[in-house]
Amino acid sequence: MDSRAILAEIPRLRRYARAMLGDRAAADDLVQDTLERAWARLYQWRAGSDMRAWLFGIMHNLRVDQLRRPRLSTQSIDEDGFDVPTRPTQTDELEVRDIESALNHLPDEQREVLLLVALEEMSYADIAAMLGIPIGTVMSRLSRGRERLRLIMNGEQASARLRVVR
Amino acid sequence: MNAQPITEADLQAWVDAALPEARRGEVEGYLAAQPEEAERVRAYLEQKQALKSLFDPVLDEPLPENLSALASPPAAAIERPPKPLLERWSLQRIAAGIVVALVSGLAGWMVHDRYPSAESLARTSPLPRQAAVAHAVFSPDVRRPVEVSAENEDQLVAWLSKRLGTPVRPPKLGALGFELIGGRLLPGNSGPVAQFMYQDATGQRLTLYVSTENANNQDTAFRFAKEGQVNVFYWIDGKFGYALSAGIDKGKLARVATAVYDQIERK
Repeated sequence: MDSRAILAEIPRLRRYARAMLGDRAAADDLVQDTLERAWARLYQWRAGSDMRAWLFGIMHNLRVDQLRRPRLSTQSIDEDGFDVPTRPTQTDELEVRDIESALNHLPDEQREVLLLVALEEMSYADIAAMLGIPIGTVMSRLSRGRERLRLIMNGEQASARLRVVR
Repeated sequence: MNAQPITEADLQAWVDAALPEARRGEVEGYLAAQPEEAERVRAYLEQKQALKSLFDPVLDEPLPENLSALASPPAAAIERPPKPLLERWSLQRIAAGIVVALVSGLAGWMVHDRYPSAESLARTSPLPRQAAVAHAVFSPDVRRPVEVSAENEDQLVAWLSKRLGTPVRPPKLGALGFELIGGRLLPGNSGPVAQFMYQDATGQRLTLYVSTENANNQDTAFRFAKEGQVNVFYWIDGKFGYALSAGIDKGKLARVATAVYDQIERK
């Protein structure tokens, strides 16, 4: 694994982390943790395989670990997306129109797939392999995430947690 | 073949330009007749564009120093030492190694000779051979390939964990097309070892051999071995030895092995 190849991937890791977390400092912290773990686990890296997928996989696992830690059950209440826990934002009480804050109101699992498709242009099969989920789950997360984003953008509040401030 | 109904997945794949040409035409025909659906997928396309233009500028931001520094290995990072494959070493490290060896009057080479490297230990490990034999014996068995079937996965896990004296759990390989059939207990060198068996839609079988007998405590990275028709990827982690065997090609098996590794090491 050579330094130039890693260096070339860092901007993509940052872009994805920024979109996932919203917050610049938190995103760069995640990228830093990812790179540190990658170096520490260099022996897992197989020369010639896709380094980008490997790094994104490490970042995904780190996030899963982070999300698991503070709460007991953050898993898979996502799939139906009513009043799911999303990351805290300061705009919760405001009407959401712009795509960045709309994105914040997607469940993690949907946002993740949606961003891997939109920003990384990864194939559905690669995403499934990276996340260790069936391709059908990738498709349903993508479809739900996009629809939910659309509804939020249209001002049809998809989430019960959103309220319009008068 | 021509009148396949248009599914939600087709619409998503249309947004992502992931459809084969013929299917794309069919989807577009459908959209032409369904203005509401067309409106919806147009909104998805716009989302995609909006996300790109919102976040693409991050690509051009200058890297903070702490991140660019991590393009090179951090000083104290390399966690565990299952590494001495020459190909993993950077040129600088090899060069440094040669300098050290020269300066110290070839002491480095003497040390190298005196202690077996992790690699040579692994090469003499009986693990891949035992795993391949177990694979060859049980995987062709049509009627009774496993002792406890995957239908009773909880019992299987409890039983094997108890017999091995440590928790073992079969990884989930459904995303790669392999479903667990079940598992069995086998005799190892000094005690029981576990074998989990998987099968894909074509009936191709794959076995994961888990031993807890590794005493010399030498971790290794992935290694590959071939025993007759059976390809084996194996690695050692503490007292555990894992070997994944199948009669499938090396590249495909490597992908499965990576998934197994990730799931086990993540536990």
